[in-house]
Amino acid sequence: MKLYNGGKIITGLVIFLGIFLAPLAYNAGKAAYSQPKLKMPENEKECIESKEFMRTKHMQLLNDWRDASLRDGTRVYVNSKGKEFEMSLQKTCMKCHTNKAEFCDKCHNDAAVVPYCWDCHIQPEGLKK
Amino acid sequence: MNHTRRNFLKFAGLTAAGLCVASAGGVMAAGAGATYKEGAQALKAKRWGMVIDSKKVGTKEAIDVLAKACHDVHNVPNIPGKQNIMWIWAAGFEQAFDQPNNFMDEGLEKRQFPILCNHCTNAPCVRVCPTQATYKRPDGIVAMDYHRCIGCRYCMAGCPFGARSFNFMEPRLHLDVTKLNKDFPTRMRGVVEKCNFCVERLAQGKQPACVEVSNGAVVYGDLSDPNSEIRKILREHYTIRRKPSLGTEPSVYYII
Repeated sequence: MKLYNGGKIITGLVIFLGIFLAPLAYNAGKAAYSQPKLKMPENEKECIESKEFMRTKHMQLLNDWRDASLRDGTRVYVNSKGKEFEMSLQKTCMKCHTNKAEFCDKCHNDAAVVPYCWDCHIQPEGLKK
Repeated sequence: MNHTRRNFLKFAGLTAAGLCVASAGGVMAAGAGATYKEGAQALKAKRWGMVIDSKKVGTKEAIDVLAKACHDVHNVPNIPGKQNIMWIWAAGFEQAFDQPNNFMDEGLEKRQFPILCNHCTNAPCVRVCPTQATYKRPDGIVAMDYHRCIGCRYCMAGCPFGARSFNFMEPRLHLDVTKLNKDFPTRMRGVVEKCNFCVERLAQGKQPACVEVSNGAVVYGDLSDPNSEIRKILREHYTIRRKPSLGTEPSVYYII
C-alpha cells in the first residue's frame, strides 16, 4: 500500500496531535482540581434545603423564587421540612451568606459562569465607588 | 419465557422509565414538598388605588418630600439633565391633566401635582411589552420584572402619562452607594423603571413610602371595597384622574 503525500499527512498529524494534547502536557504533574473551600455561615448550620439540592439547583430555585414572588405575590417559601423563609436574595440568602466574594464567586469563577445577579442586587458587602 | 418482540419492548420501556425516575428523583428529592405561600402580614386588595389631596401637597417642596422618601426606599438615582429617573415628581395642572384653561383660578394655576404611574386598568405598557417584563398583577398593580426587560422602550412610547424612565446610563454611578436601601435592588443600564406602588412594602404589611410621609395627604387603599377609607374619601370629594378620555382607567385620583 502506498501513502500518497505521506510526509505532509504525517507531519500534519503530528502537529495536530501536539496541539490537541498540549493541555494534557501543560497540566501534567499539577494537582488535580479540587472544589473550592467556601466560607460557610457561622451562625447557621442548615440551608433552606439540603446541600446537594442547593449545589445543583440553586439557580432554578432562584428563578422560581423570582417568578413566584414578583408575579404571583407568594413571597414565603415553605421548604420540604415545613420551615418558612421569605423568598428574597438580598434579605434571605445573603443574610447568612454574608460574603459574596468568599461564597458565590469562588465556584462561579472556577466554573467560568458570570451570573448577572449583582448588576442590580446589592451584595452584602455593599458597593464600592 | 416467551421471547417475543412485544415482551422485549415492554421490558425496554420499563427499564428506560425506571432509569429516568431514579436519576430525576435523586436530585429532586431534597426540594420536593416545598411550597410557596403568601406572607401572613401582607396587605391584600382586589384593586389598589390612591387618592392624592392636591390641596395638601400642592407645592414643589411638599412633593419633593414624597419623592425623596420614594427614591430613597427604591434606590432611584438623581441624574442631572434630561435623563433623570423619576418614580414620582411634580408637574403643573396643564402638564398633569391635559386640560388647559385660559382663565383658571390662581390657586390651581400655580399648584403642583404629584405625578406617578397610574397603574391603569387597561395599561398600554402591559399590552405593548414584548417580553412581558411589565405585567398586571391580580390586585391591579402594574409591576415590572427587571430581569426580563430588554430596554426596547415600547412601554415608554405606549404610556400616555410619561410615567416611565429609561436607564440611559449605569444608575449606580449617580447613587450614593453608602446610603442604599440594602433590602431593595438597584437597576442596571438599559432597563425601564417606574413606580411599583410599593408592592414590596405591601408584602411586609407596610403602606407605600410616599403615603407614610404625606401626613394623610395621600391615601392608599382598596378601590373595590365600598367600605374602605379610600372609597369614603372618593365619595366625599370631587376628584379627577389624568387623561380619562384615553380609557386607560387610572387608579390614581386627585382631589382638586
